[in-house]
Amino acid sequence: MSEGPLMRNLRTIRGRAYPRLIGSTREPSWFFFDVVLPLFTIAGYAYVYRFLEADAEFIGYVVLGGAMTAFWLNILWSMASQLYWEKEIGNLSLYLMAPTSRMSILGGMAVGGLVETTIQAAATVVVGVIAFDVIFSLGSPVTLLVVFVVTMIALYGMGMMFASLYLLLGREAYHLSSLMMEPVYFATGFYFPVRSLGRWAAAGASIIPITLGLDAMRQLIFPVGADDAFLSVNTEIAVLCVLCVVFMVLARYALRYMEHLGKTTGRLTLRWQ
Amino acid sequence: MQHAVETQSLTRVFRPKKKREGKVVTALDSVDLRIDRGELFGILGPNGAGKTTILKILSTLLLPTSGKAYVAGFDVAKNLLEVRKRINMVSGGEISGYGLLTVRENLWMFSQFYGLKSKEAHQRIDVLLEKFGLRDKDKEKVRTLSTGQRQKMNVIRGFVTNPEIIFLDEPTLGLDVNAARTVREFVVDWIREDSSRTVLLTTHYMMEADELCNRIAIIDDGKILACDTPHNLKKLVRMNSTLTLSVGGLKDINDFSSIPGIDNFSSAKDAGGNETTLRFILEDESAVSDIVSTVLGKGSKILSLQKTEPTLEDVFIKLVGRGLE
Repeated sequence: MSEGPLMRNLRTIRGRAYPRLIGSTREPSWFFFDVVLPLFTIAGYAYVYRFLEADAEFIGYVVLGGAMTAFWLNILWSMASQLYWEKEIGNLSLYLMAPTSRMSILGGMAVGGLVETTIQAAATVVVGVIAFDVIFSLGSPVTLLVVFVVTMIALYGMGMMFASLYLLLGREAYHLSSLMMEPVYFATGFYFPVRSLGRWAAAGASIIPITLGLDAMRQLIFPVGADDAFLSVNTEIAVLCVLCVVFMVLARYALRYMEHLGKTTGRLTLRWQ
Repeated sequence: MQHAVETQSLTRVFRPKKKREGKVVTALDSVDLRIDRGELFGILGPNGAGKTTILKILSTLLLPTSGKAYVAGFDVAKNLLEVRKRINMVSGGEISGYGLLTVRENLWMFSQFYGLKSKEAHQRIDVLLEKFGLRDKDKEKVRTLSTGQRQKMNVIRGFVTNPEIIFLDEPTLGLDVNAARTVREFVVDWIREDSSRTVLLTTHYMMEADELCNRIAIIDDGKILACDTPHNLKKLVRMNSTLTLSVGGLKDINDFSSIPGIDNFSSAKDAGGNETTLRFILEDESAVSDIVSTVLGKGSKILSLQKTEPTLEDVFIKLVGRGLE
């Protein structure tokens, strides 16, 4: 019937990523909703910085931050609530019954969401750069790639952990997403250097991987970025690597706990509960 | 020989989170089943009898409160992966899949969770789409399908992984006559093709169970009341006569149970509520005159009266004391 567990899990990731990947091509309206509309927020901050005659880099910070918000929105509204939504449409029991790792199913959701959102974020950066004459000075593309990759692994690991927790919370989970949206926009420094919040606040906000990821990317992309940095790039990469491990382990634990609870109480495969 | 499915004193109790939120429900009460490979086994019972709970335990979605369940010789509580590799399940009224994907893409996606190579998956999808008359729909988005077409797609989803044992939970629920027939014919052909395959079907359609199943277990309130071939089950009421009456304007059925010579009976009103069908299992045919007198005594009108061959419904009425519907 099939090959070993490795191939089965790789195929699971590919299979579950597919709806996300194909979804964006079938709904062209994403360009308007996910690229054009966020530009208004970016433009708002950009004009404030221009009015204040701030350094040109600040407008670059805003464009980069605006692009990265797409990932946070994807985590909150898509990744975290995905299992709950799958339960509502009847897919969850089919996933739980399949002879594959649940982490692979969540991994497939993450890969699909990541690729889809990266395309959106890249489009935002391109349009933002053209619209606001942002100048990048990329010294080390490899380091930038490493920062992006570890940030995304940690962030989507967090999303995978949220997915199980949201499932336990049921419909209340949507309130949690609303609760986390604006404060995280502020605390992670999407539109300004997070160091401005003070060392302790920035350290607290670093639990959200985008905080350190953005800070490191700014240092690598903009000439004066290092002046506004919270920590050195190497330190931020190291902390992000730790977050990757922590969130992946917690995601696995939460998923096992959720599945065990579901099998014990019988509630997770029933809709409307 | 190893059984395809075996349960030993399988019990499942659902407890409310908080005491005031509801009562404790015993969905399964010491259920013992043995299903051989190659069998098309039916579980027949009304809504809430425990049919779906059995399937959820066997498909590793639910843990038993006590007792044991084995699928292909593997303990469903301990050897999850081994069980899952060998099974699949289809539920009636299922709305799984993604509306944005086409029929073929949805089926392919689910096949990937079982590790099928894409080429092999597409070949199987082609064959099954052809058998279910959905060949021309394979590139259509699922959200454009009718309910019947979507249910057929779900049945294909269950069979595309070529499981050793498939659980069909009311697979024809809500389907029109033709679509239901297609599903039933397919299930019969599928099990005939390979004697190692097993189907466990739950249904509350008597005719479906009678037509398809080698053996049937009748379940009510979480207990197996009888388990045998349809032929042998009908023998339970063969010594009795069965009388069916259509009655107009019947207000109550209070006095029938006290008529001597009636073993058991059921009543069902039509959609308009004007006509009642009464089905009596008689120990003594002399009870007919008393039944007729009682009906007329209530001011009701007998529209038809018929003595019939025993069916599974009569077996159910005899065992449970009421009809299925």
